[in-house]
Amino acid sequence: MLTQSLITCHNRVILAVLHRQYTTTSRLSNILNHIREGDHINRKDEPLYDGHIPINIFQRAILAVGSSIMALTDPARGDMIAVNGESSGHFALMRMHKKMLESEEGQEILKDRPKINSSSVDLEKLKHYPDGTLGREYTKFLEVNNVSPDTRLPVRFVDDADLAYVMQRYRETHDLVHTLLGCPTNMLGEVAVKWVEALQTGLPMCIGGAVFGPVRLKPKNRSTYLNEYLPWAIRVGSNSTFLMNVYYERRWEQDITELRAELKIETPPVILKPQRPVADVSVEAETNGLKMPQPDSTPIAM
Amino acid sequence: MSMIRFVKYSMTSFQNGKSPIAFVKKLHTGPYYKVSKDIKLDNLNNIGIHRIWKDYFVKKNFPLHPGTNIIDVAGGTGDIAFRMLQALERQNKNSNNSTDDAIGSRKNTTILISDINQAMLDVGKRRALTMNLQSDCLGWLCANAQELPLPENSFDLYTIAFGIRNVTDISKALDEAYRILRPGGRFMCLEFSHVENPLLKWAYDTYSFKVIPPLGEVVAGDWKSYQYLVESIRKFPTQDGFKNMIEEAGFRSVCYENLTFGVVSIHSGYKI
Repeated sequence: MLTQSLITCHNRVILAVLHRQYTTTSRLSNILNHIREGDHINRKDEPLYDGHIPINIFQRAILAVGSSIMALTDPARGDMIAVNGESSGHFALMRMHKKMLESEEGQEILKDRPKINSSSVDLEKLKHYPDGTLGREYTKFLEVNNVSPDTRLPVRFVDDADLAYVMQRYRETHDLVHTLLGCPTNMLGEVAVKWVEALQTGLPMCIGGAVFGPVRLKPKNRSTYLNEYLPWAIRVGSNSTFLMNVYYERRWEQDITELRAELKIETPPVILKPQRPVADVSVEAETNGLKMPQPDSTPIAM
Repeated sequence: MSMIRFVKYSMTSFQNGKSPIAFVKKLHTGPYYKVSKDIKLDNLNNIGIHRIWKDYFVKKNFPLHPGTNIIDVAGGTGDIAFRMLQALERQNKNSNNSTDDAIGSRKNTTILISDINQAMLDVGKRRALTMNLQSDCLGWLCANAQELPLPENSFDLYTIAFGIRNVTDISKALDEAYRILRPGGRFMCLEFSHVENPLLKWAYDTYSFKVIPPLGEVVAGDWKSYQYLVESIRKFPTQDGFKNMIEEAGFRSVCYENLTFGVVSIHSGYKI
């Protein structure tokens, strides 16, 4: 299924070959000059967007294979998962783009190209929204799990400006998907979200994460995973509407249960524990006159 | 390589708004020297052949006269210095002890390892411990190769392996080398250089520019630094150009030897 971007790549290659064939007079000496002058390395493709690093198919293969191996063997390398997504996700991104174009809200997202980071989203304002709204639940999620919307890497290896935005939007809305699904950022929660994303987006990185992620689960979590999280995640992934088509920036005040019903997301099996007001907890232990240490004010994560 | 290409590389590869010199200085002390991953990656990039180059480079300096004062510049991790120590021990084993100086040639030989980056020196010190070398003749100095805080005429052998390309002003480093060497002292430099053969050049360039940056991204998480590295190798003067620079600093009997078809080259000069 050739789309515009593949057709342009194809045309560019044909034009480059023709250009070389029709401008050389004496073939061998020209080739030697070409190499001596270093043209084969100087002629770089123009970047299509900020931060774009154009790569050819062999470099793409190195990145895709290398990043999968590194992501599996070295769990500290979060950037490898991002690189894997970008290098192997071309066809999935095209499919996602098409699905976004088929919905009105998706079209508006593609037109406005909103970004989610701490400067474009007023997190302070969202903190004061009533409990149960998307905005309040999102800020609660960020606090409880100690994450920030600014830690997403910029997209570098996608060879199309529109698809690069789709990838960027996918990355930035990942935390919101966590909030909607009620999944914390521990191993179980991440794998559940990966299953949903894999079923919806079809990105090879998501599929890999969903399939290989549970390998690292502790034995006590494996039965919860198999009996509760996995079936629920598969049901949600298959039945809910396409989550990339949700214009989150317009729905901060919407009630989250209403939003879940609209998107056909089943209630999650375990819901985030509400953050207890730690200042009210006072512990007085009378153990030989020793005072128990006060609990510190870090919020409780799942 | 022409100045135009140098400028083009400077403009395309240096960070926006920062002067090239500041960028290079920052690289020397910053993430470019993520040492352990770089060492892993060097093995991947060179397919381990850099070990053979360094072994050959050290071998070219021998046999060494007893009591040689050696300075190894930009050799923080100790690759060259440790090889020198091992070669000295081999040389002593083979020599006839009764006719030698009572103190022994190795004990009088000193090797001063100098590097602009303290982290590299720390790695070198750790390696010296794990390798169980007799390191009483090793010295460690954190200094800039362009301004060495050392008296003139104090060393017999100045070696620099894969370091002079990272110096911002190569002629200043060469002048410093000339200053601190004693008359009769030798300057030895191992550095990436230019491949003449067009077919090999094409293969080498394609590998450098197309394969090394993605490998750098996968192993070390850093595409840009490895692209800069490969570009900086191309910016370095050719074998003859560098030979002229060494002669301008005052060295005589300057010659060079290509290894691996010109991928690296050993330049040698004497302060006579």
